[in-house]
Amino acid sequence: MTLATHWHYWVVIALMMTGLHIVIARRNYVKKLMGLSIFQVSVIMLYVTMGKVEGGTAPVYVMKGEGHDAVPNLEIAYSNPVPHVLMLTAIVVGIATMALGLALVVRIKESYGSVEDDVVIEKDRAEEEALES
Amino acid sequence: MNELKAHFPVLLVVVPLLTAPLLALIRHKHAVRVLALLSALATAVIGWGLVIAAREQVEPLSYHLGGWPPPIGIEYVVSQASAFVVAIVSSIAALGLLLGTRETRREVTGGQQHLFYAAYLLCLAGLLGMAITGDAFNVFVFLEISSLSTYSLVAMGNRRRAFSAAFNYLILGTIGGTFVLIGIGLLYQVTGTLNVADIAQKVQALENLAQDSHNTTLLVAFAFMIVGLGLKLAVFPLHQWLPGAYAEAPAAVSAFLAGTATKVIYFQLLRTTVVFFGAAHVFGALRFGTHVLMPLSIAGMFIGSIAAVYQPTLKRMLAYSSVGQVGYLTLALSFGTEAGVQAGLLHLGAHAVTKAGLFCVVAAIVAGVGSNRIQRLHGLGRRMPIVAFAFVLGGVGLIGVPGTAGFVSKWALLQAAFASEHYLVAGLVLLSSLVAVVYVWRVVEVMYFRAPPVGEKSTPDRMAMVPALVLLGASLLFGLFPDPVVELAADAAHQLFLQPVDVPPVPVGGHG
Repeated sequence: MTLATHWHYWVVIALMMTGLHIVIARRNYVKKLMGLSIFQVSVIMLYVTMGKVEGGTAPVYVMKGEGHDAVPNLEIAYSNPVPHVLMLTAIVVGIATMALGLALVVRIKESYGSVEDDVVIEKDRAEEEALES
Repeated sequence: MNELKAHFPVLLVVVPLLTAPLLALIRHKHAVRVLALLSALATAVIGWGLVIAAREQVEPLSYHLGGWPPPIGIEYVVSQASAFVVAIVSSIAALGLLLGTRETRREVTGGQQHLFYAAYLLCLAGLLGMAITGDAFNVFVFLEISSLSTYSLVAMGNRRRAFSAAFNYLILGTIGGTFVLIGIGLLYQVTGTLNVADIAQKVQALENLAQDSHNTTLLVAFAFMIVGLGLKLAVFPLHQWLPGAYAEAPAAVSAFLAGTATKVIYFQLLRTTVVFFGAAHVFGALRFGTHVLMPLSIAGMFIGSIAAVYQPTLKRMLAYSSVGQVGYLTLALSFGTEAGVQAGLLHLGAHAVTKAGLFCVVAAIVAGVGSNRIQRLHGLGRRMPIVAFAFVLGGVGLIGVPGTAGFVSKWALLQAAFASEHYLVAGLVLLSSLVAVVYVWRVVEVMYFRAPPVGEKSTPDRMAMVPALVLLGASLLFGLFPDPVVELAADAAHQLFLQPVDVPPVPVGGHG
């Protein structure tokens, strides 16, 4: 694998690591979600670039001939549409995850008064100690 | 009837999937409850119907969605193993709903009950779909359907902690799901197909071609899928989300999740290692079993069980015990033998029934005492004798005392360990079972050997005891008459290990 011919993988890897780093290193819940979103987008890029066939055109048949006699030209290379179709589902999943995550963040903010991981953990600990005694 | 029977594989998923939005629209309190229960019961009947159908066949049944034959079309595969898993999952889901009736009314407030039941059925549909589909991308879609509904179900717990537990689960679960997606993508890249059987064949051809030098893309795909599934299965050290999620979820959800979610993922792990990449390759050349899975499983067995000893509440204790039990599941797989997978499937069934039953008992305790803190259970043996006895019954099942389902599966696990000459591992299994004795005994001591607090009245929840006794009764029945299930697990394991006979020429990886 060389940098020149497979540069799209490096883009994917860079995005993926950026996203994962944000998810793990940030303490703010909203930022965590944004990182998660970047991470998911990197996978979408991975799939979409996978479908590209060198010299291929859009996967819609180019017709040969006129009117009713037209037949698909199979000599032309077409890109693979399947990964794109799969990613439609992945995009929907990503949106649902983001919506649910943000909804949870709203509820966390309402009940804890903060969206910072440290504050939430500290409040949980205090509550647990109060119950213990 | 036969017409209908032919469509059982798809109905299994379609029934709960279509009932869910219906429930969200109906909103009527009682109608919603009855309809959800009926739908789950119908699914359970279909699940057991599939077991019978799969037992009659040598080859796995294949259902072609929309009449499109595989590998282009999506295929549902009813193998002995997948039928076994869906039957257990759908039955526990139905029993969990039975438990849910009164508990859920108390815990899920604010007119959200119809949404609770809708999410519950969506989760069920996702889990069943994941187990039965023969299409790799379908696995991801169903995984996310079940996961997303699980996050919202966990968030419906009655403490604010439920929100942060659900959020943590969402973050880690999404990372896990996305890792699986990456793995499937890479597999598609090298094989050009999404059909499980087709992928298995082509991967085997590639592995044969690569011989000793591994195919790097395949290795990376394998690593991504294993880490992703490991996160969702809560394999030590990827278990951080599990205790919070199980402890804070509403009682019915805890019982449902403990008995089903990790079990379906475990089945995916079986398929990934044994079917996708081939047992010979994964456990032979890669040494994934002895060098990766086995140490992690043993660590999980001990650390999960030891952590369970120190938990202040019953739910958290049972949750950590689940981390330990997942260790047994993956340990069974790590031998890489048919006997190991058989033991794994047996333990899957045994633990699902036992742990779901125990969470039902906890629901009854919470309804009666108002808390599941162990220090508040003083003298429960006298205050609520049946409930306390049911807990003991479940507890001995967790330990693996003869006569319970837990014994049958641990026996199989030990046999598998001896057969593959892992004597030390067999000893460690026994040793870790002793830790289970400690955490169960801790509760028993409080329940039976401490005087009940004066003047405190407690009334057990009879409704919650019905599913608890059914599940724990099933555990006893399975423990006393293990033969049918043991045979089923043996056949299921054998079928999983059957490799595609003739391997077609290596496909041209024309992508990327």
